[in-house]
Amino acid sequence: MLLVPCPNCGPRNSADLRYGGESHARPDPATATPQQWRGYLYLRDNPAGWLRETWYCRSGCRRWFTLERNTATNEFRTPPMPGDKRGGKA
Amino acid sequence: MTMSRLGPQPTEVLDRSTKLRFRWNGKRFDGFEGDTIASALAAAGEHVFSRSMKYHRPRGILTADYWDPNLMVQVGDDPNVRAGNRLLEAGMDVRAQNVWPSLHRDIKAANSLFGRFLTAGFYYKTFMRPAWLWPTYERVLATFAPGGKIDLDTPHRYHDKRYTHPDVVVAGAGPAGIEAALAAAAAGARVLLVEHEHAVGGHLRYSSSDSDQAVLAELRAALDASEVEVLTNSTVTGRYEDNWLGIVQRNHPIAVERLIKARAKVLVAAPGLIERPYVFSGNDRPGVITSGAARRLINLWGVKPGERAVVFTANSEGDAAAADLDRVGVEIAAIIDGREGKRVSSAQGSSRALGAVVAGGNRIEADLLVVAAGWTAPTSLLNMAGDRPVHDPATARFFPSDPPGNVLATGGLAGDGTLDELRAHGAATGRLAAQRAAAVAHRLQAMTARARPVDGDEPAWAPDERTPLGRDPHPELYRSDTHGMVDFSEDVGSKDLVAAAHEGYDSVELAKRYTTSTMGPSQGKLETVNTVAAIAEARGETIAQVGTTVWRPPYAPLTLGALAGRVFEPVRVSSIHPWHEANGVSTIIAGQWMRPDHYGDPAAEVRNVRTNVGLIDVTPLGKLDLRGPDIPKLLNLLYTNKWSKLPVGKVRYGMMCAEDGVVLDDGVTGRLGEDHYLMTTTSSGAGGVWEWVENWLQTERPDWKVHVTPVTTAYVSINVAGPKARELVGRVTEGVDLSPDAFPYMEVRLATVAGVDGCFMWRIGFTGELSFEIHAPSGHGLHVWEALMDAGQDLGVGPFGLEGQRIMRLEKGHFIVGQDTDGLTLGPSTGLSPLIKLDKDDFAGMPELAWAADRSLPMIVAIQPDDPNVVPDEASQIVRGNTNEILGRITSARMSPTLGRSICLGQVEPELAAGGTKVTVLLTSGERVSATVMDHHAHFDPAGERLRG
Ligand SMILES: [Zn+2]
Repeated sequence: MLLVPCPNCGPRNSADLRYGGESHARPDPATATPQQWRGYLYLRDNPAGWLRETWYCRSGCRRWFTLERNTATNEFRTPPMPGDKRGGKA
Repeated sequence: MTMSRLGPQPTEVLDRSTKLRFRWNGKRFDGFEGDTIASALAAAGEHVFSRSMKYHRPRGILTADYWDPNLMVQVGDDPNVRAGNRLLEAGMDVRAQNVWPSLHRDIKAANSLFGRFLTAGFYYKTFMRPAWLWPTYERVLATFAPGGKIDLDTPHRYHDKRYTHPDVVVAGAGPAGIEAALAAAAAGARVLLVEHEHAVGGHLRYSSSDSDQAVLAELRAALDASEVEVLTNSTVTGRYEDNWLGIVQRNHPIAVERLIKARAKVLVAAPGLIERPYVFSGNDRPGVITSGAARRLINLWGVKPGERAVVFTANSEGDAAAADLDRVGVEIAAIIDGREGKRVSSAQGSSRALGAVVAGGNRIEADLLVVAAGWTAPTSLLNMAGDRPVHDPATARFFPSDPPGNVLATGGLAGDGTLDELRAHGAATGRLAAQRAAAVAHRLQAMTARARPVDGDEPAWAPDERTPLGRDPHPELYRSDTHGMVDFSEDVGSKDLVAAAHEGYDSVELAKRYTTSTMGPSQGKLETVNTVAAIAEARGETIAQVGTTVWRPPYAPLTLGALAGRVFEPVRVSSIHPWHEANGVSTIIAGQWMRPDHYGDPAAEVRNVRTNVGLIDVTPLGKLDLRGPDIPKLLNLLYTNKWSKLPVGKVRYGMMCAEDGVVLDDGVTGRLGEDHYLMTTTSSGAGGVWEWVENWLQTERPDWKVHVTPVTTAYVSINVAGPKARELVGRVTEGVDLSPDAFPYMEVRLATVAGVDGCFMWRIGFTGELSFEIHAPSGHGLHVWEALMDAGQDLGVGPFGLEGQRIMRLEKGHFIVGQDTDGLTLGPSTGLSPLIKLDKDDFAGMPELAWAADRSLPMIVAIQPDDPNVVPDEASQIVRGNTNEILGRITSARMSPTLGRSICLGQVEPELAAGGTKVTVLLTSGERVSATVMDHHAHFDPAGERLRG
């Protein structure tokens, strides 16, 4: 089982967290076209390599946070501080 | 072959002063303390232990250890016990498996005659068609299935679980593994040493050399004096991401088995080598054993494995076995030296015993053939770590390639050497493991941003400067000039593999599945390399070119009991639960909760609520306490309707949709104070909605000032429902004017109930009756419930359960998210379009709901079967006339005690959604019945006069 480095709680079993998936910025609902909105809902880059993704520390500090994980090696990069706005692509 | 007990051996593990009496196929036998089941039977002269899976060929000892495929027996109600590993206990009732009528007169041995029908892919080819015959095939095949008998009445024995976080786990306690554990512990690491067998020592245990025994004694003493935790008769069964290890402990003093989940910083794989059988005609005949089996029988259990032996040896272990045999008086008829290019061609004899060995054209009379043909490197744990071991033809085995830095190999897996060299390599591995574990620990600690800061910089990742072990040349011995058995567990011969390759299944992974070779209880430990070799031969290629199957978890099979183990998930009950139990409750598990379903007669409970008053414990209802000035903004974002102008003291219903417009949850939220709200969710949605709300607040709107606290379990929730509810609640409530004008429908008050301060009370309900929902601090829940019950005796108060509530909500036509909606039900399908306010700036799912507003969607509607006595099963389909065209389905159905007829909710295509439409319901019986779509969701009191009263 993957060890996920929560910025508050430190490395924890992935079963202690909820996987939020690939980070996706939310389009402006007032102006989004169906294509843009459904891209936000369903389309993922799914790269073999570095991926920006969200996790929720459900059994610990209860923070949603963003991490970068290399999907090929499961290596994590030093996480940004909690409270970061979800980043990634528009 | 005649096995018998020898006089005491210096290395034996027996306590000959303790005799153990047991039964084998009903007959009495004696063994000694320290015997395995197999060694005791062998010492008593037994040499057939099982019948093979397909051909029911008699099988005897092959390897005399955990992996021995021929030693699976039934012990009492315990099937598939490994007699080569399981220690003998007094009173054991041991039986042969997969035999009928008996081990020695097995009728299914006739299979051998039809062997040509049972070749590779037999099952696939034969039982594919016609499909309607499959039930017959299945019955016939079941009688041929191997394995023991499962007793459904067997008592449930205790299996345990343990979690541990050692620095270093060493898998395998041979000399290299022990040295690794000792060195790592000496360097300050917390070490767990796991040994598959019953004692540490590896191959030293059954070595008759005095110097080996001296080393073993020294290592054991050092282990005893160390801080290393040693588990014997335990197996590291799997290695997962970040060195998450599964370990099955079979020697626990209380639990039958214990599954240990260990997070190791560094894993040292030191499983040693497994002796590989040799493929030749008759190689599965009783009397053909590995050199390891011979040495174990003689030196551990004092069993003489035969009287006249042929030894086929290609290595020093085979030579040592020959010496052991000679020492205990077994006549050595011939030594066939594999290093000189000599081969064994066939083992012959009666069906049950060896008579002669043919080698180099000579026939040699013998009752024992000992084979030392080479080694299989059990690289499983390295495979699981992502390594792809490479085949070295010069040593005829696989070696690690490039495992990750937190997985280190030592011992036979890493190479060959003298005992001193192996020990030195083990110790160097242990030191390296401890250094790397310290670096991992430092890194993990440093990642814990708010924890105690770590001292100093991260230690450098220690380079691997171990002196590599050498590699002793070994002839490549897989198959002789004859064909024989490759997979003893699955009865797959080299001929089957060659045939499979010729049929086109010439990739290992395909051939494995097609022939089932390597898929039996030995997990490929004995047969993988010979399987690959047979395919390589058929393809005219090398083993390296063919490649090998990837060894996956588990390293050794484990029981379902070990996997199920102890359940840590608690079942929640409300503080009222003792009252329910004392009053004849029938419970139902709903999500994490155990809830009252009914108290004997749900229909009577419904009638009592409709005429008098009832109480239901709805504690699992999700409750979120919201504080802060930006709550209206949050509610506007979460719900589809508007929340900006909810006055203090008011309650409002809302529906939540996800970003894809699909109904997510619903419930009421009340404003308790200026900046204080209480949100309720469905019981099953409580956890998910909370996480969803946190996601909005933390990631999308971090600037909003709202604090969310889940208080589901902090309050007991009681709904008081029925025409006499006001009368009852008034008797126990202080500080609130309950009159309809002062406290109307959809309002909330802070009240003192039965003397308990700080209760929230709101006028809402799911039943359609006049209702007061009371949220009382959990610790006082039982008291409040009992006070209500006491106060309402003359009013006819009674409890009602989930079933009664479900009937009443269906009478009222309230949909349940997840019951009447599904993963595709968009907001407007619920019929609540007026609550979807598309003129808001933003809310979850708004764009999808805006687009959906222009489309015609399947709708949730109330449906009544025309025959009032027909209650369709939930999920019955709604079809077009006599066709099978699906136009919808029944999502809820009950007999209504109030209306005396069946009532339903369903989802239908838009064309059927208008009131008065006739639909056809296809019952699960196949019968079609006519039903009518209703004008309103509510079957009862559509104007809602009762609940507003
Ligand atoms: Zn955390």
